[in-house]
Amino acid sequence: MGKLPLEGIRIVDFTVVIAGPSGTAKLADLGAEVIRVESIQEIGTGARIQRAKWNREQVKNQPIQRRQFPDGDPGQRPWNRSAGFNAHARNKLCMTVDLKKPEGKDILTKLVAKSDVVIENHATDYMEYKGLTYEWLKAIKEDIIYVRMPGFGTWGPYSKWRTFGSTAESQAGRSFLSGYKDMDATEIPWVFPADAGAGASAAFAIIAALYYRHRTGKGQLVDLALAENILTYLGAPFLDYTMNGRVAQNPGNRHEYAAPHGCYPAYGQDRWVNITVTNDEEWEGFCKALGNPAWTKDPKFADAARRWENQDELDQHIIAWTKERPPYDIFHLLQTFDVPAGPVMDVKDCYNDPHLEARQWFETVTHPEIERPMRSPGMFFKYKENPIRVRRHSPRLGEDNEYVYKKLLGFSEAEYKDLEAKGHIGMDYAPHVP
Amino acid sequence: MADMALSGVKVLDLTHHVAGPFCTKTLADYGADVIKIERPGSGDPARSMGPFQGDDPHPEKSGLFFYLNTNKRGVTLNLKTPTGREIFKELVKGADVLVESFRPHVMPGLGLSYEEMKKVNPGLVMSSVTSFGQTGPYAEYKATEMVIYGMGGAMVNTGQPEREPVSYGVPTAVYHGGRVAAVGVMGALFGAKVHGGGEHVDVSVMETLLNSVDRRISALLAYEYSGEFNPGRESQSGGYCNGYFPCQDGYFCMAANGPIMFPRLLKMMGNPEELSDPAFLTPQGQTDPGMRDLFEAVVLNWAIEYTREQIVQMAEKNGLICGAVSTMEDVDTDRHFNARGMFADIEHPVMGTVRSLGRPFTMSETPWAVRRPAPLLGQHNAEVYGELGYAQDDLVKLHETGVI
Repeated sequence: MGKLPLEGIRIVDFTVVIAGPSGTAKLADLGAEVIRVESIQEIGTGARIQRAKWNREQVKNQPIQRRQFPDGDPGQRPWNRSAGFNAHARNKLCMTVDLKKPEGKDILTKLVAKSDVVIENHATDYMEYKGLTYEWLKAIKEDIIYVRMPGFGTWGPYSKWRTFGSTAESQAGRSFLSGYKDMDATEIPWVFPADAGAGASAAFAIIAALYYRHRTGKGQLVDLALAENILTYLGAPFLDYTMNGRVAQNPGNRHEYAAPHGCYPAYGQDRWVNITVTNDEEWEGFCKALGNPAWTKDPKFADAARRWENQDELDQHIIAWTKERPPYDIFHLLQTFDVPAGPVMDVKDCYNDPHLEARQWFETVTHPEIERPMRSPGMFFKYKENPIRVRRHSPRLGEDNEYVYKKLLGFSEAEYKDLEAKGHIGMDYAPHVP
Repeated sequence: MADMALSGVKVLDLTHHVAGPFCTKTLADYGADVIKIERPGSGDPARSMGPFQGDDPHPEKSGLFFYLNTNKRGVTLNLKTPTGREIFKELVKGADVLVESFRPHVMPGLGLSYEEMKKVNPGLVMSSVTSFGQTGPYAEYKATEMVIYGMGGAMVNTGQPEREPVSYGVPTAVYHGGRVAAVGVMGALFGAKVHGGGEHVDVSVMETLLNSVDRRISALLAYEYSGEFNPGRESQSGGYCNGYFPCQDGYFCMAANGPIMFPRLLKMMGNPEELSDPAFLTPQGQTDPGMRDLFEAVVLNWAIEYTREQIVQMAEKNGLICGAVSTMEDVDTDRHFNARGMFADIEHPVMGTVRSLGRPFTMSETPWAVRRPAPLLGQHNAEVYGELGYAQDDLVKLHETGVI
């Protein structure tokens, strides 16, 4: 087995929330040394955890999706035990430094001088405020690659807006196209593919920039606006407008011409199955799978156009069939007849899924401050020749301070202790951090 | 033509539908020479998918095909013939990357498995982009956008508690899969360049979604840690101050939840008396149904006086997280996207000038560029096969014998 593709590449990682970390996860998985730059003096914008101090009672009072500690126990250092952070931070390193103190900038300068890439996804003025501009970075390292991922980009009429994925997506038109067909925009679901989407594009941009640099020696600045990146998923509806003047509406679970196409109730509590029949062959397969019941021969369903016209009635017939059967049974039966169908899976289904098991997609990860090994989400894609995998647990706060300060940046033992005393280096948040 | 990030990278593109073509589009957009290989006669099935220009279902007028295949060259080749497969191998010999999206049994069935390709070109990066990956019990299963999203994404948590789960609507999951596939290709390509050695990249769109569209990756690990998970479609927004609200000319989105944003919203609305109760600032207050109704009534009353444009400008002044709900028409005239150069007018031999979308991100040294429109079926046969040494009358014979 040879070297991982990005072995030898060092990335200074200022990313927060979802978009950025999702991108740097891919790079860390590919072998890059991704060094998260955090501070023990402040929590920051939801980089690792919402707050430092937790007790069991507080955890119990959170909505389910925030009760993300092992067995509900925040432990001594909750910031090392949060699933929200540990999910995407595998294979990364973590150092701490207080950029608000004068020495902070000097430390960062030394780190940038030995790095290939810097990446951040804060609001536009945050990095400028800290003086971390492309010009500043380039002066330290001529061929640096700098990736910035604010909601609307680093310049332009909206560049100073405060944004979340939600508002970036809604401005870019994706939100309007989602939700139940019969409900208005106030019921648009609160889901944001833009975040992970931007992460993927950031990872691509970085490797493409590294590829170019390998050839020419030149670095560059990448400006990746969440809103613009998600807009590039909308080529079809956008062209329907510019070519034909048609303003796309949200289709819900239906399709512009294919039927049946929907999410049907299956047997069991809140169990559903998606069934999508996209051509005549699949319709014949579907009918066969159901045992060619008489209703399928109704002239109302004789061809694709009629099935689409009469899909309300069609759906009623299908529901009568699906609600008697568990989703996985329907899934396998229809797939046997070459019909695209699948269960609507919850996280428990994922952990029990035989396909993911056979693919060994989950990986067992041990963590120094978590009492048992955890089956954790695996790789974004698989490599056959040089497999990628979880090589290391998600870093604890300041876990790699010794490595970064002493080995990489050459600080002496005395200097290290001095920086510890000054509040740069540590593995616990300062007492004042809430 | 200016030097682009991936100039000189040669990609053979056997993909169809969306995920695979979006992967190769990403490579083409940043300078790779992507040769799209289509079957003679009908070509990529996307050619028969709308939207069609002028609603004319002509195979050279599909907007979907146009968008996904801008910047690619196009040839026809019949891989079902032994001669076709030999020509394909000649192309593979000179290529850096091959991307295909057939069901896993197809390429080996044609004698074109990764092992076979490796013999022809040991440094080749081959990427197979499928719904479920190359291995496992679902490997040969079929999926559409909604099916794969329901399995890899958080569809079960999307929608309303009393109703069926709702999907993204327009294809989104498959685009995400395609973009992640491009990362997989790029990683292997860089590795091949710097360390040597080819690779077979196995992309399962399902796995790209688990990892981590919509916090799925965190929800998964949270279940493993705590034993708990969100079973259904209770509101995920964290409070009624996060959401979509009507105004004079449409709707806007805001995230006004929490002790920092809520006061900014109040200030923007002129500190309405009805919302002055400090209880509105507490986590319980911000999920209380009675208080929600009051809040929504106040916001509606205020917002109905203003357009989306007025609201986003006020929000900017007040540091509030806010955006308009845009349609494609709104996007087309949006002052930010236009100022940023998000659109491109592209000339096409049959469709004429098409106003399309531009770059997902900018690169200061190696900008995104339109080098050519989507190819007509077989448009570059003479050029591409000419590069292999085939003369015009060779190509006539190959055409007559159904090879190209």
